[in-house]
Amino acid sequence: MQLTDLTMLELAEKLAAKEVSSEEATRASLARIQQVDPKVRAFLRVDEAGALAAARASDARRAAGSPAGVLDGVPLGLKDLFLTEGVETTAGSRLLEGFVPPYDATVVRLLKEAGLPLVGKLNLDEFAMGSSNESSAYFSCHNPWDLSRTPGGSSGGSAAAVAAREVPGALGTDTGGSIRQPAALTNTVGLKPTYGRVSRYGVIAFASSLDQPGPMTRTVADAAALLQVIARPDVQDATSSDAPVPDYSADLEAGVRGLKLGVPREYFTEGMDPEVEASIREALREYERLGATLVDVSLPHTKYALATYYLIAPAEASSNLARYDGVRFGKRAQDARSLRDVYTLTREEGFGSEVKRRIMLGTYALSSGYYDAYYLRAQKVRTLIREDFTRAFQQVDALLSPTSPVPAFKLGEKVEDPMAMYLMDIYTLPCNLAGLPGLSVPCGFTKAGLPVGLQILGRPFDEAGLLRIARAYEREHDFFRRFAPL
Amino acid sequence: MPVSDFQPVIGLEVHAQLLTQSKIFCGCSTAFGAEPNRNTCPVCLGMPGVLPVLNQRVAEFAVRTGLALECTIRPTSVWSRKNYFYPDLPKGYQITQFDQPICEHGRLVIDTPQGEKTIRILRIHMEEDAGKSVHDAGGGQSLVDLNRAGVPLLEIVSQPDLRDSDEAVEYLKAMRDVLVYLGVNDGNLEEGSFRCDANVSVMPKGSTTFGQRCELKNLNSFRFLKQAIEYEIARQVDVIESGEKVIQETRLWDVNKGVTRSMRGKEDAHDYRYFPEPDLPPLHVSAEAIDAAAKALPELPRAKLQRFTSQYGLPAYDARILTAERPLADYFEACAGHYTDYKKLSNWFLGELMRLLKEEGTPLSALRFTPAQLAELLVAVDQGTVSANAGKDVLGEMFRSGKSPADIIAEKGLAQVSDTGAIEAVVDDILAKNAGEIEKYRAGKKQVFGFFVGQVMRAMKGKGNPALVNELLKKKLGD
Ligand SMILES: [Zn+2]
Repeated sequence: MQLTDLTMLELAEKLAAKEVSSEEATRASLARIQQVDPKVRAFLRVDEAGALAAARASDARRAAGSPAGVLDGVPLGLKDLFLTEGVETTAGSRLLEGFVPPYDATVVRLLKEAGLPLVGKLNLDEFAMGSSNESSAYFSCHNPWDLSRTPGGSSGGSAAAVAAREVPGALGTDTGGSIRQPAALTNTVGLKPTYGRVSRYGVIAFASSLDQPGPMTRTVADAAALLQVIARPDVQDATSSDAPVPDYSADLEAGVRGLKLGVPREYFTEGMDPEVEASIREALREYERLGATLVDVSLPHTKYALATYYLIAPAEASSNLARYDGVRFGKRAQDARSLRDVYTLTREEGFGSEVKRRIMLGTYALSSGYYDAYYLRAQKVRTLIREDFTRAFQQVDALLSPTSPVPAFKLGEKVEDPMAMYLMDIYTLPCNLAGLPGLSVPCGFTKAGLPVGLQILGRPFDEAGLLRIARAYEREHDFFRRFAPL
Repeated sequence: MPVSDFQPVIGLEVHAQLLTQSKIFCGCSTAFGAEPNRNTCPVCLGMPGVLPVLNQRVAEFAVRTGLALECTIRPTSVWSRKNYFYPDLPKGYQITQFDQPICEHGRLVIDTPQGEKTIRILRIHMEEDAGKSVHDAGGGQSLVDLNRAGVPLLEIVSQPDLRDSDEAVEYLKAMRDVLVYLGVNDGNLEEGSFRCDANVSVMPKGSTTFGQRCELKNLNSFRFLKQAIEYEIARQVDVIESGEKVIQETRLWDVNKGVTRSMRGKEDAHDYRYFPEPDLPPLHVSAEAIDAAAKALPELPRAKLQRFTSQYGLPAYDARILTAERPLADYFEACAGHYTDYKKLSNWFLGELMRLLKEEGTPLSALRFTPAQLAELLVAVDQGTVSANAGKDVLGEMFRSGKSPADIIAEKGLAQVSDTGAIEAVVDDILAKNAGEIEKYRAGKKQVFGFFVGQVMRAMKGKGNPALVNELLKKKLGD
């Protein structure tokens, strides 16, 4: 067994036992990246020097008997949406090419304090807008399970890097499913915490009221351990919650006996791939066998979620992206002759088509005369969607559904059809609108060998419950032991 | 129709920079005059990934101001984004308050020739300032200084209740006095920390329908406010007279030419695309916090002025000057605790003390003598220990050296001579030397009396008790 085959906690154990050093583990990760990333294209940038320096510092702490925590020395990858001081951060956009942030995102600071060497910045859809990683301005990322297919998006680079065992874990961000959907498509675990659980400070904003960073790992226990590091109230994020942070690993093995698990009717309708549905149905039966009770529930406003999301997210994005104007950082159009030129040419040249499409949508939705009809109405529907969930969680402990309606699709397959692409997030985005935690756990493979993910949605701040439910299933079917053929 | 047939209608939007140490959404300093871009950080520079965190002092100041202006304080107010592109607006939007501001429905009473008038306040909201562009700084380039970006502002919007330029000036002055009294603003128009926009329209007298209004931007002196409004009223009347329509637009006051000119018209009015700021939760202000702020409100200028006239029996003129600034009023009251001839005390304040402060450019807070010592000097004058004129010299010396009046009087030998024998000797001497003048006096030229007094006082180096000098002269001259 190679070092890169280990999960985060398995590696942590070996580090603790001093069977291996962080420098060795980090070098193994760097070597694996060198070996497979030319095919996977998960990394936009590798910070070899920074990662090795952090690894050696970790080893020194370990030698001195004072490791910074359980994961001290375990290498990690970061979606290139997290600002890293001194390391170029582009959000997958040409506009930010060459942008070297002067500060670390709060979660990056927490990871550094916990001693995790950060090996590099991972590919993503530009400004996290997309479901296939094909709107990255640099290059598309490939699914390690089938290199002709997408790993999903927007955290596709993070998912692919973990699935390809280039890093044992990574951070992604989830605005409408961007952690869970790629996790489902790559046989990895993706956790989108409750809105406010993890600080957004220093994470390049897509849609402020929906964005949430979270862990992407191979196992549920790794997700719990990684969440433990980054879940923290943050005075620099006014939307961060000061709810106490529990021990996410404590009840991981408690099982699901006696739990009521809701099966939302509206999530099992047409449009779902039959093989995906079969895997999910099988998972539901497994939960019954494990002692949970399945409850048929209804989330009646689900059908409006997609439309609501595609008003609110672009509206916020159109405003959040206004700062990329060529005046202070990133690229500036060279031919600009006037202030107006600086703005228009910089944005024309710097943004890709998906970003432009969403800025246009958002600007339209917010413009006077349309605000009431679109944005305001979307906010009202958002409240109804949230209330659907509140009612459901009075009956059940969590909800189960597919994560993605289809397994990984071919690169290029949906590029010309934005609507088809938007439908990829149909099961994931209601959770963001409601601010709830959601998790995707591997639940099998199609006949063609493509991973399928099971989504578990929970009450606000019940990440521990989701992890426990996911772990119960993972214990029976350790799909994470199956490796992508690379 | 002449101008006098039209009724102007004016509303003011006051922008006041709050006297906080740090900016509204980050910890950067708000100090004026720093090197460009020195007072900045990722947050106020609008770097990718940054988030605003409210400086609670800003909300406290807003509540304090709202209470002083008799506003309703919203228990929950909401932040909004105002979206537009400008080089000195780092995020491409300004965080402000839109449809749910922190304070609403207040009032401010002003004095007009017709008596008191209440001007209604529509709303008060908090917002962040933008930076500033410096044009043609480096070889035809424009540079941006973001030191001001994120400086907290309060915008106070009046109803269109003002009817002429004098009322507008009176309102702006009264508003400034209130804000300075509250300690929330420095009232400094020159540095732009207190400035206003004026909305001006005219309608035929007797009409109830307001005319089309124009907005006059960034008026940073009382004089410009008055001039700009008057110019604008005349301009709008001219436009209507010539059969045209006033168009809604934003205009600037051209200080050099003394005219307002169009800055942007309605056709290119911005669509600011306001929406609730998702990075900031709604702001909650508890009833307890409002209560506490209300209890801690200082006495406001108008109430203080009224009290100064009733409690100290001062004329309105004196009371107005004494209460114009809180430190002066406080100092006056401290002195009044030691000296009860308030009108005489006021005379000394309005005359000597303010002259000295102004000449030396000394703030009240730097005075080197105590209120008790000032009172001691006035008592000495009253008791004839020192003449009123000499008393002024004593005050000057107290001002410079901080010595006590008794010490100064002793050191400089300024004590007044009230010894009848000594005065009489001088009087006799002066009369003996001026027989001719005595003749004139006795012939009825009574002005000569003043000449004798002057001569005696000069001979006594000003120390003769004037009452005794007068009395003795009259006796000797046989009156
Ligand atoms: Zn700052």
